[in-house]
Amino acid sequence: MDAIILQILNGLEKGGAYALIALGLTLIFGTLGVVNFAHGALFMLGAFCAVVMRALLTMEVATGEVESTAWGTEIAVTTPYVTNLFGDFGNTMIDWAVPLSILLTVPVMLFVGWAMERGLIRHFYKRPHAEQILVTFGLAIVLAELVKAVFGANPIPVPEPAALGGMMDFGALFGSEPDKITYPMWRFVYFLFSATIIIIVFMFLKFTTFGMVVRAGMEDRETVGLLGIDIGKKFTFMFAVSAAIAGLAGAMYTPIISPNYNIGMEFLVLSFVVVVVGGMGSLGGAVAAGFMLGLLQSFAAMNEVKEILPGIDQIIIYLVAIIVLLVRPRGLMGRKGVMET
Amino acid sequence: MKILTNPSAGVDTTMMLVFVVAVLTMPFWLTLIGAGYPDLMQKFVIFGLFATGFNILFGLTGYLSFGHAAFLGIGSYTAVWSFKLLGMNPIPAAIFAVAVSGVFALVIGFISLRRSGIYFSILTLAFAQMCYALAYSVLTPITNGETGLRVIGDDPRILDGIITSGVNPSTPTVNLFGLDLTQTWVWNGYYFNAGFYFCAIILIIGSYIAMRIFRSPFGLMLKAVKTNQNRLNYTGVNTKPYTLAAFVISGMYAGLAGALLCITDPLAGAERMQWTASGEVVLMVILGGMGTLMGPMLGAGIIKFAEQKFSTWGKTELHEFFAFIPDGIRDTVVSVASLFVGSGWHLTLGLVFMLIVIYLPGGIVEGGRRILMWASGSNRRNRKLQAAAQAAE
Repeated sequence: MDAIILQILNGLEKGGAYALIALGLTLIFGTLGVVNFAHGALFMLGAFCAVVMRALLTMEVATGEVESTAWGTEIAVTTPYVTNLFGDFGNTMIDWAVPLSILLTVPVMLFVGWAMERGLIRHFYKRPHAEQILVTFGLAIVLAELVKAVFGANPIPVPEPAALGGMMDFGALFGSEPDKITYPMWRFVYFLFSATIIIIVFMFLKFTTFGMVVRAGMEDRETVGLLGIDIGKKFTFMFAVSAAIAGLAGAMYTPIISPNYNIGMEFLVLSFVVVVVGGMGSLGGAVAAGFMLGLLQSFAAMNEVKEILPGIDQIIIYLVAIIVLLVRPRGLMGRKGVMET
Repeated sequence: MKILTNPSAGVDTTMMLVFVVAVLTMPFWLTLIGAGYPDLMQKFVIFGLFATGFNILFGLTGYLSFGHAAFLGIGSYTAVWSFKLLGMNPIPAAIFAVAVSGVFALVIGFISLRRSGIYFSILTLAFAQMCYALAYSVLTPITNGETGLRVIGDDPRILDGIITSGVNPSTPTVNLFGLDLTQTWVWNGYYFNAGFYFCAIILIIGSYIAMRIFRSPFGLMLKAVKTNQNRLNYTGVNTKPYTLAAFVISGMYAGLAGALLCITDPLAGAERMQWTASGEVVLMVILGGMGTLMGPMLGAGIIKFAEQKFSTWGKTELHEFFAFIPDGIRDTVVSVASLFVGSGWHLTLGLVFMLIVIYLPGGIVEGGRRILMWASGSNRRNRKLQAAAQAAE
């Protein structure tokens, strides 16, 4: 029982990341009809926004004092700028660098998404899907290599805030024995964060006029255009929003996996599978499939399961994808007729 | 309307002859551009073969597979097992590799080809990732996991184990009926490697078969699938057997290429099956020109050549290269350019690839054709003819 609860928690955290990336992917597909292979790279860029934020906050200045180390060499004492400016509050800011990086990630990723759509993607609306895949695949390589040129190839660890680090005692919450079910707190925070973002996106699309126009445009672009609405502009904004969602997913994921330039590619393949399982262009499907596959993956990683079916944890996601594509090609919640053949 | 036709047989024969001569004299002309190393030349022909096979599927039918590296890996594993069990002769290894990868391609293709477009790409990607993950984890007894599968001294090798066991037990090398394929002769600074010529002959046979497929009714049918599959279905043609055959043939080419990779180094690793490797062959075909006969080979050659050249360049080489620029500016130029070479050469690759997809979807072959048309003025003449025809109407 304890093991099952732990695996559910694991699955929720993994599923949160899959769902966020897949949500952006399917939003782009539903609005613009573009298959974006560079979406994993956007996740990676978001992760590096967190790295940059932490680097900015920990920029140091020499105080002028000199102290000698244990070996007798003298080094200058340095303190971070923010500590000099804000005192203790500055130290707290450094500690909370990852959540603070949201402030940096959102504008940066909105801009990146906007520039990508205006500069590259819009020239590919009328071209075949294969060429869209190829050009965004090339873009993914370029973005990853640029990051590698700037930050190097090694993973850069980014710690979570001390208050949200450590283990969380789940057993005590549900009234069972304490210290029986413990789980890293940040991973649970990540799940809550991704759920919040998903709810915000859905509410935005459901309850605002802008969201209504976007949904109408997804149904029938021509008609909305005929009504005098510049739907292209709204869709460009939605592309930027999708990029920002992927970026946020990446920025908050940094304490769980230290980001390196290749992290996007690893997530991309999985999140594509998620989108296909959920149904191309279906937002609810992407979220549902994201959490479902996350849960399936963590259950397949249980030792009891692995004893019966060795290696299942490695292939479960692909296996599910293959079965879904063959049995129900439009995906779990995809609309009939959307790229069904 | 475009009518699908074939060029005359004479053109093909000339092209094939030029190609044979070009491949066989590779040690001469590649040395002139500084790429005459046996290792590199082998890579040219092996990846040329891989790309040629991939082109039969992607170039002719338009089905974009993102999982062909799986067949490359399967071919490598089969070849090493053949070395281990049967002996170091490459011919049985190649035959088994083609057969086994063909069987895998038949199964994977049968399932994947039930869908088309992006779903087909994702299905093949999923299958390849499954093969990769399994090779790393559960199938370790067969694949030797992360270490990679290699030939060791005490393997049974029932065909030649007795002969060579006393000679060099620790590191047996691949030999073709006694001819050591890792052997290299040097003459006037040109390297002639036995393994290279073995691969080159297989490449020539492979591209001859590819040409025959391109020119056959079967090849025309594949091109028709790419042009408009719906129309074919309405005419009452079942396209599945054709596409499946193309998939299996291209899988066999990939398996053969995988087996040839084991000639210089009888070692098979799972990283050969990763999806980035599948992406690489897509890059090669697109760069050279999809759907053309020589394009994929050209693309494979250029990518492998650039990989070799760019990835070894550093700042000193760049300083020599930009020696003509005045000193003050040169440092800036060099530091900008150094982003694109050395470990950053993938950046160059990605940029070039994007530019090709955006501006020249037909690849280098298409570019060459355009330049030729422009130079010979036939483009202008055509346009004039068209204008005249329109005026007449």
